[in-house]
Amino acid sequence: MIHEVWIPPVHRDLTAGVERVQVEAATVGATVAALDARFPGMAARLTRDGKLRPGIAVAIDGVLSSRGLRQRLNAPCEIHFVPAIAGG
Amino acid sequence: MTVTSPQYKVIGTRPLRPDGIDKVTGRAIYGADVKLPGMLHGKVLRSPHAHARILSIDASAARALPGVRAVVTGNDMPAIGDKIADSGESVVNLRYVSNNLLAREKVLYYGHAVAAVAADNVHIAEDALRLIKVEYEVLPHVIDGRAAMTAGAPILLPELRTDELGKQGDAPTNVAAHIRHQRGDLAQGFAEADVIVERTFHTATVHQGYIEPQTATVLWNEDDTLHIWCSTQGAFYVQEQVAELLQMPTSRIVVTPTEIGGGFGGKINVYLEPVAALLSRKTGHRPVKMTMTRAEVLAGTGPTSGSYIRVKMGARRDGALTAAEAELLYEAGAYPGSPVDSGCGGIFAPYKLENVQVDGYDVVVNRPKSAAYRAPGGTNAIFASESVVDELAEKLGLDPLAFRLQNAVREGDRRVDGPVYNRIGYVETLEAARAHAHYQTPLTGKHRGRGVAAGFWFNWGGKSSVTASVNADGAVNLIEGSTDIGGSRASIAMQLAETLGIPYEDIRPQVVGTASIGYNDATGGSRTTFGAGWAVYEVGNKLLAEMRQRAADYWDAPVEAVAVDNGIFTQNGDKLTFRELAGKLDVPVTVSASVHPQGYGPGFGLHIVDVEVDVETGKVTILRYTAVQDVGTAIHPSYVEGQLQGGAAQGVGWALNEEYVYDEQGRLLNTSLLDYRMPTTLDLPMIDTVLVEVPNPGHPYGVRGVGEVPIVPPAAALANAIYHATGARMHELPMSPARVVARLAEVER
Repeated sequence: MIHEVWIPPVHRDLTAGVERVQVEAATVGATVAALDARFPGMAARLTRDGKLRPGIAVAIDGVLSSRGLRQRLNAPCEIHFVPAIAGG
Repeated sequence: MTVTSPQYKVIGTRPLRPDGIDKVTGRAIYGADVKLPGMLHGKVLRSPHAHARILSIDASAARALPGVRAVVTGNDMPAIGDKIADSGESVVNLRYVSNNLLAREKVLYYGHAVAAVAADNVHIAEDALRLIKVEYEVLPHVIDGRAAMTAGAPILLPELRTDELGKQGDAPTNVAAHIRHQRGDLAQGFAEADVIVERTFHTATVHQGYIEPQTATVLWNEDDTLHIWCSTQGAFYVQEQVAELLQMPTSRIVVTPTEIGGGFGGKINVYLEPVAALLSRKTGHRPVKMTMTRAEVLAGTGPTSGSYIRVKMGARRDGALTAAEAELLYEAGAYPGSPVDSGCGGIFAPYKLENVQVDGYDVVVNRPKSAAYRAPGGTNAIFASESVVDELAEKLGLDPLAFRLQNAVREGDRRVDGPVYNRIGYVETLEAARAHAHYQTPLTGKHRGRGVAAGFWFNWGGKSSVTASVNADGAVNLIEGSTDIGGSRASIAMQLAETLGIPYEDIRPQVVGTASIGYNDATGGSRTTFGAGWAVYEVGNKLLAEMRQRAADYWDAPVEAVAVDNGIFTQNGDKLTFRELAGKLDVPVTVSASVHPQGYGPGFGLHIVDVEVDVETGKVTILRYTAVQDVGTAIHPSYVEGQLQGGAAQGVGWALNEEYVYDEQGRLLNTSLLDYRMPTTLDLPMIDTVLVEVPNPGHPYGVRGVGEVPIVPPAAALANAIYHATGARMHELPMSPARVVARLAEVER
C-alpha cells in the first residue's frame, strides 16, 4: 500500500530538498524504516528507543494518531510528522 | 444567540449545574479547606536574583527555631538525569522540572524556589525562611528573548543544544528549539502580490490569573504511600509527575483533586506537591499543607511566554492571499518549553495558503518557566497575523470580513503545518459574524473604531474513563476523573442522560481521585466535554445493553425481543421505564468505559469589538463586544457562552493591561493584583456571543472543544479597533494607556 509522506522542512537536508515521497508500508514504524533506508539518518531524527521522539506527533490524513509507530496504515494515506502541541 | 440546533432532548438545554449550590454557599471543598490531624504548614524560600550560582545554603538557624519540623533543599530531591518524559500533552526534561521545584547549583529567575520549611504554623515557617542563609554568586542575566539569542548572551543551561524536530545542534545556546513549517514557493508568492505588509510585534509575559493560588496537602505515610489533596487540572498528571520526580511507583501515590478555582493551563504542572511530600517524610510522616500567596503565584509559577513575531503577507488586488511568512520568538522562561510550536501551527491557521513559511524559536530567559495558558501561544501569534491581515484588507480597499471569507480555510484545505482540515466551521462563523447586528450597525463618534479578528485552536481528545451504576430509584451515579473547571459535570451528565434517554436530573456526577477511577488526562486542551463525552456515550450504551438484558431476564424473554427507546424497555406489549426497571434489578448494574478518541476537530472564532480611545490619556474603553464561534454542538449553551465570555475577558486583559514588569536586575516588580492589572467587571462590557453549531463528525453528539479559541482573537481585534479609532497601528502588547499615548505621538510625528 502506497502512502504519501511529507518530509518535515527541517529534515529536507536529508532528502536533498524533496518535500513529499511515496512509501509502501503497513505501519508508521515501517514508514520510518522505509524513509531511513532511502534517506539515512531520518529514523534517528524521528525516533528514539523504538518510539517516536517525545515532542513529535504523526498525523494520518489530518488526524493525529495516539499509537505512534504502531499505527497501522490500512488504506493509502497522507502522513505528516509534526511538533506535538499542548493545550491549556 | 444560537445559530442552529439539532434535535435532542437533553443536549442544548440549560439545566442547573450539580456543583452549583455547594459553590455559591461556600460549602464546596477547595484545596485550602483541607485540614488533617497533626497537619503542618510549609513555605518556600525564593531567589532574590534573576541568575545566580548557589554557593551554600545554611539552614541550621531555621531548623533550630522552635516549631520548625523540617527544611528541604534541592539536595533532598532525588537526582534525575536528563530524562525526557511525556507529561500529558507536553514533553519535559525531568531534571529541569526537578530543578524548577527546588533549585540545585543555580537559580535561574527571581522567585525560583531554593528551600522549603515545614512548621507548626505559617508564621513560624515564614520566620524560619528568613533564617536560612543562602550564599549566591550573582551571574549576568537575560530576560529578553532577542537579547538571549545574541552572541555573548549569558547562557542559562550550558548543556542546552537547539533541537530541530529531533536534529540536535552542537553549540551551547539559549535557543532550545527551532521549528519550521514550509510549503510552496515563498518568493514566487510574494512576486505575485500587489500588496505586501510586513510588521514586527512584541507581546509581554502574562499570567493565567486563576483566582485560587496553588495549594497542596501531602501525607507521606509510614507504608510509603503518598496521599495528595490538591487543586489541579489533572489528578493523574500530579500522580505521574510526583512519581517521576520522587522516583516512586505511581501505584503508591493517591491524588484526590479538590474543587478548583481556575487553572487555564497553569495547574497542569506541579510546584508544591513533591516539596510537601519531602517535608512530610522528613517531619516523621506528618501531613504538610502548602498554599502559595499571590506574589508566589506570579513570581514562581508559569506565566505564558512573551514573544517577538515578524509577519509578512502578500495579496493580489483581487483579494487573494499569495504568500505568508512568519518568524516567532517565544520566551520559554528558565527552561525549554514555550508554546512556540502551537504559535507556529496556528498563526496562519484561518487562511488558505499555498506559499508559506513559518519559523519558530523556543528561547530560554531568566524568567519563570512558562506554563500552558488557554490556547498556549495562540493569542501572541494571532495578534500579529490578524493585525497584518487587517492592514492588507485596508490597503486593498476590502471589507475585513469579506477579505477573510475570500481566503478562509474549508474542509480539505491544508494547514500551515501540513495536514488537511476535516470538517470545520470557519466559513459559517465568518458568515454569522458578517450577518450579526453588531457588524451591520454603523459605529459613529470621534475616536471610535471597530476591529475584527479571527481565532483558532487545535483542540484535543485525550484519555477519559468513567463508571456508571444504577441506583434502585432509577438515578445513575456517574463517576468521572476530570476536574470540573467550566461546568463539565453538567455537560458530561447531559450526554449520559441523552444516551440513556432519562432526565438530566437523574444523573448524579461525582469527580473522584486516582484511586477511584480509570485514567483521565487533565482538563485542558478543550478536551473534557469532547473526551469524557465520548466515554459516557460508550458507558451509556453499555449500560443500556445491561439493562436490556435485565429486562429480558425479568420478562423471561430472549434479549432480542426487548426493545429500548428513549429510556423505555418494551417486549411483547409489556413496558418498563428505566426507573421501574432499576427498582426490579436482582443483580446491580455497574459499567465502565475508557476511551482515547482522535476525532476532535479544531475550532475557529471571530470577534468584533468597538472601542473609544481617549487620545489624551490613552485609555481604551470597550463599547461593544461580540464573540462568534463554531462550537460544534453546544451541549449546555450557557456554559459554552461562559467559555466564550471568559476567554474574551482574559484576552482583553492580555491585550490592554497585563504584563510582567522587571527592574534592571531582573527582579519582578509587580507581584500583586494591584500592580499586575487584570480586568474587572468595571473594565468589561457585556460580551455577546453567537454559537455557530457545525457538528463535529468525530463525536457522537458533534462536540467540538470550545474553551481555548475565545482567548485568541481579542488582542488582534482590539488592536484593529484602536487603529480604526485613532489611525495608529499597535504592534505591542499590552496596549496600555501609556503605550497608546506613546504610539499616537509616534504616528503624529
